[in-house]
Parts: sequence; C-alpha cells; structure tokens
Amino acid sequence: MAGTSASRGRLLYWIMAAVSLVGLGDSIYLTVQHLTGETLRCTLISGCSEVLGSSYAVIAGMPLAIIGAAAYFTVFSLAILAAFGYRLAGTLLLALIGVMFLMTLWLTFLQAFVIHHFCQFCLLSALTTLILTVLVMAQRRVVP
Amino acid sequence: MTKRFLPFAIIAVVLLLALLLAWTLFRWLEPSQATGNLAATPEASGPKMPPGALPPHVRGEANAAVTLEEFGDFQCPPCGALYPELKKLEGEFGSQLRVIFRERPLMPMHKHALLAASFAEAAGFQGKFWEMHDKLYENQTTWIELDDARPKFIEYARSLGLDMDRLARDIDGPAVEARIFLDGNRAHALGIDGTPTVLLNNREVPFDTLKQPNGLRGAINAALSGKAP
Repeated sequence: MAGTSASRGRLLYWIMAAVSLVGLGDSIYLTVQHLTGETLRCTLISGCSEVLGSSYAVIAGMPLAIIGAAAYFTVFSLAILAAFGYRLAGTLLLALIGVMFLMTLWLTFLQAFVIHHFCQFCLLSALTTLILTVLVMAQRRVVP
Repeated sequence: MTKRFLPFAIIAVVLLLALLLAWTLFRWLEPSQATGNLAATPEASGPKMPPGALPPHVRGEANAAVTLEEFGDFQCPPCGALYPELKKLEGEFGSQLRVIFRERPLMPMHKHALLAASFAEAAGFQGKFWEMHDKLYENQTTWIELDDARPKFIEYARSLGLDMDRLARDIDGPAVEARIFLDGNRAHALGIDGTPTVLLNNREVPFDTLKQPNGLRGAINAALSGKAP
C-alpha cells in the first residue's frame, strides 16, 4: 500500500507541474502586456488596464507579473524535482505555494475592494494558485 | 544514469519554451515603428455602415481636411489621458481638424460609464454636449471611484447652467438612449470593442500608433498630406 500512496504522491507532483504551466503562461502574457503598454486601453473583455495600470501592479520597480512568472517557473521546477524523488524540493514547494496563496488572497482583495476592477488574467492566476494550494495539501495528506 | 538528468532537462526545455513565448508575445504586442499608417478599415463611410447618432457631436470646422472620430468611454482612464492631448492637437491644427465624439460606454465593466454618457447626451439636447464632455474628462479621477456618481454629475450639470428639470427628464428618456444605442451600433459594425479608438477620415488609427507620444500627431499629419486616403 505504501508503494501506491508514494506513486499517487508523485502523480500529484506531476499534476502540480502541469497546473503551474498554466500560471506560467498566464503571467508571461501579463508581463508582456504590462511592459508593452497594452494597459493603456480599455476593452470590453477585461479590466486589465485598470489593474495593471494601478500602483499595486509594481513592487520595488518590478512588474508584479514578472515576479509571478518567476514564482510559477520555480513551482514547476520544484514539482518536477519532487516527482523525481528529491525530498527537499517537496518541502520548498509547500513553502513557496503557501506564500503564493497569501499573495493571491491580497491581490484578489485589492481588485475587489481597492481597484474595483477584476482582470481576467489575474483571476486565472488566482485560480491556478488556489488549485496548486489544494494539490500541495492533498499531496501532504497522501504522503505525510 | 540518464534518469538523473531527466528532471533538469525537462526544466531547461520549459524555461526555453517560456522565453520563446515571452519573445513571441513581445513581437506581437510591441508598438510597430510605422507611425501615421492607418489600419485598413475602409468601409467606415460605406453605405452599409451605420452612421451613428445623427447629428453627431462635432467640434471644429465643417470643411476641415481631417475628421477625427473618437469612440470614447468617460470612465476609461486612457480616454481621460487622451483628452488633454486631443485638445492640444485641436489647438495646433485649428481649422484643418474637426473632432467627432461617439459614445462607447464599456458596460458592465465601467459601472458609471453609461450614466456619464447619458449626462453628456442630455446636456447635448441643451447645446452643451462638449461642455459636459470636458467636465467629465477633466474630473474623471474624482468620480471614477465613487459608489454613486450621480450627485457629482448633477453638480457638473448645475455648474454648466443646464435646465435641471429638462435634464432630469432627458437622462432616462428614449432620445438619449437612442443616441447611445446608435453610436454603439456604429462601433459594433466597425468591430470597436476598446476605447479610446480613433478614426481619421474614416480609417482607424492603430492602437500601436495612438499610444506613442507623437503617434496621433503623426497620423493627422499623414492624413493631411494625403498619404492615407
């Protein structure tokens, strides 16, 4: 039985790696949007110009989206390493996803109550992080 | 032994793909160098194209060489940013340029946009469309974040000396609604789903051009010298 739970645990790491790719692609898109000034326009389908154009989209001169892209890439790398049996990677992954989850809560709060606009691509990232959080917790339950 | 390197190989491949994606998106979204080139949206004056609300709100000489048609949303910050620039260009080009404003409130994303458009149109029935248009853009930052913007709009209407009883009737009346609907029809037919969108002599100025510092000026000059029919 121990073998099954270990392989199920590994499968969860593979799923996390796959989910993090969605977040990676999404935040790369947001980074490029931020840097090319597409945020200077209002469109029917997204409130991204209001969100990306706000002062909250930049931390210490760095677009938040690029930090997100780096975070998702790190999640992907750690999940792959963990899937191949690197135990330390699993621990770091748990810590990183924990931080990303808290950051996501803050950013979603900002969109809802401070900026008063939701950017679909930011919400996709929030959803991705939420799924990663659930997966990493499930992984800890399968393989304590 | 190869299995030891497999995870690192996978990570390296994904890193490469991520960089490739970033590069492709940059190429796709980057402002093009060509200023003054207008997008191929020819049929804007065609017989099948809805003309928008009639008569349109026009500022400038009727026989100006260049007609600039803006599709705007009073609650859209980039439209607010275009406003002072456009005023400056109107001053610079004088009688060569006339400006038309079309309502393109992006509902439901901008919750005050439709009400703002209605106030501007209702002011238009008292001959003060542009005064209200200016007021809304000039004070955009003060009303954009309010939960209820109506009291502010009423305050602006008062300061313009509008007949408030008539305004109250017109705001929710069918005539104002019809004008906004007709402008929306035209925007829809032209495939305009973003603001600000600017047409010069019925040809759309690409957004890449519009967002460059002297992009719009260059495009107007190009239209004046007849480069774009």
